Amino acid sequence: MTPVLAFAAAGAVTILAVGLIVVALVFYLVSTIVQLRKITAGLDVTIAGVGEIVAKSAPVNGIVTAINEQLDAGVDLLEGLLVKKAGMADAVGLVDGLYAGAAAAGFRNFPESSAVTAPRIGEVYTKGTLTLARLGREAPIAAASPDGPVLRNVEGGSLAARALYPENRQTGPKTLPRSPVIGTDAPVQYEQRDDIGAPRKRLPTRS
Amino acid sequence: MILWWIGDIVLLAVVLPVVVYLLRAVLAAAKSIVPSVQEIATVAAAGSKDLDAAALLVTTQDQVARTVAGVANYGGSLDVILDDAT
Repeated sequence: MTPVLAFAAAGAVTILAVGLIVVALVFYLVSTIVQLRKITAGLDVTIAGVGEIVAKSAPVNGIVTAINEQLDAGVDLLEGLLVKKAGMADAVGLVDGLYAGAAAAGFRNFPESSAVTAPRIGEVYTKGTLTLARLGREAPIAAASPDGPVLRNVEGGSLAARALYPENRQTGPKTLPRSPVIGTDAPVQYEQRDDIGAPRKRLPTRS
Repeated sequence: MILWWIGDIVLLAVVLPVVVYLLRAVLAAAKSIVPSVQEIATVAAAGSKDLDAAALLVTTQDQVARTVAGVANYGGSLDVILDDAT
């Protein structure tokens, strides 16, 4: 091979190698650009969505804070009114009767209420009776004895309301009717039907 | 002359594979980002739609204010009607 041809061959190989490198660069860089454009488009959509989220959630903090403040004021009012009118013990008992276990938490504005032993108000009396009983002698339920003592008695409120029910165990009678005895040894046996457990009677076949 | 051939061999055997390898890695990384971005865009759009009801909080606030005001009036009346415990 002459030196000229050798130089030409080496130059051609060099050009081929550089050309291959350039082709690879173009192919992959263009592909990368396409992918980056997709990413840009996706981020545009994302930014728009995030912008909407920010705009929609902007007033939430202030509104929720205002709602909580108003509800706090309402809770303070109702707690204060309940304790003022019913007394601490009955108030705790009433709340515990409506929401079992709430007495342990106590009232928010009365930390000492958590130490109060809740009377079993809700287990003995209905809510309506309790409400009426706490209204005092002007309540319709107390119309029968308008000259009697005020029903809402802080110290013995539960006992006073108990008297509103028919006589059974309220006044602590010495003897009460015994519960009926049931079973095979019971003194009173009810007549047993013969057809129970027996084979069912065949119905007449239709002709 | 020999150095030129050695340079050609290096160009074809080393430089070209390295360039292709690096560019393929960059392309693969770019492709892997696209689905994630699309998922994030979908989630952002869904999150924005979920917050459509946030505007109703204004109505809720107004209702709560009215309710608390009613409770306050009712409590005030009860305070007058009922005797205090002590």
